Amino acid sequence: MAEFFQMGGYAMFVWPSYALTALVLWLNWYLPRKQHDKELRQLRRRHKGEQK
Amino acid sequence: MFLWFHKFGSPPHFYRIAGKWIPWLSSIFLVLLVAGLYGGLIEAPPDYQQGESYRIIFVHVPAAWMSLFIYVVMAFCGAIVIIWHMKLAEVVLISSASIGASFTFLALVTGSLWGKPMWGTYWVWDARLTSELILLFLYLGIIGLHNAIDDKRIASRAVSILALVGVVNIPIIHYSVEWWHSLHQGATVTKFDKPSIHWSMLIPLLLMALAFQVYYLLALFQKCRVELLQRERNSKWVEEL
Repeated sequence: MAEFFQMGGYAMFVWPSYALTALVLWLNWYLPRKQHDKELRQLRRRHKGEQK
Repeated sequence: MFLWFHKFGSPPHFYRIAGKWIPWLSSIFLVLLVAGLYGGLIEAPPDYQQGESYRIIFVHVPAAWMSLFIYVVMAFCGAIVIIWHMKLAEVVLISSASIGASFTFLALVTGSLWGKPMWGTYWVWDARLTSELILLFLYLGIIGLHNAIDDKRIASRAVSILALVGVVNIPIIHYSVEWWHSLHQGATVTKFDKPSIHWSMLIPLLLMALAFQVYYLLALFQKCRVELLQRERNSKWVEEL
């Protein structure tokens, strides 16, 4: 197992590559999701305001 | 057929369909990703020259392919916007830009993390690396230009032209390793004769590439839904949500 994480001595190049890719992909997935919910909340609030 | 195209291109319809597809795409992406990572990190043997360091290939190459593919999609949308003024193409174009920029950034950074142990340097100003960097600037230029113009319909026409002009860079990136002397290795998969990569490495590479393609659709649909809500905030279908 330890051998796997050492990557034949290249751990400091291999793992950051994978970690960064994971981070960037996660951000591109998470941020639009959050923004979508925010947008819907705002629309609902505005809709309520108009009906009063 | 034309009717279908028209229906699919209408914002409310696309918004709904994209919403339905997102959970499916997420599952397909995760399955492909796990399979690709297992094949690439565990099953595939170390490279006889590069040892374990070559395993960066399984994120580097798919990211680089996506950086080119997404740009071509954007240029294609640009042409549709200019010729038919199709709203959905405008939305797909600008929603793709940030995803494409992300993949270009990943290709550059993982490439330099691979370059350090293999070439002895993080960066050289050679043709492949420089043209990929220009691609990143094109993506950023498109995003910046779109943000700078308030009227989104005008902004879309402007970025369409920029996307179309910039497409000249794509073949330059692809052929850069043949046209100029480069530290970067030549193509091992996308060439006419047999790929010069063993299937035990090729299969996980293709799985990861497919996973990234599905991921692009997934991320694109999510971004498009936000962009559609913002642009159409005063229209009837948005109020009915």
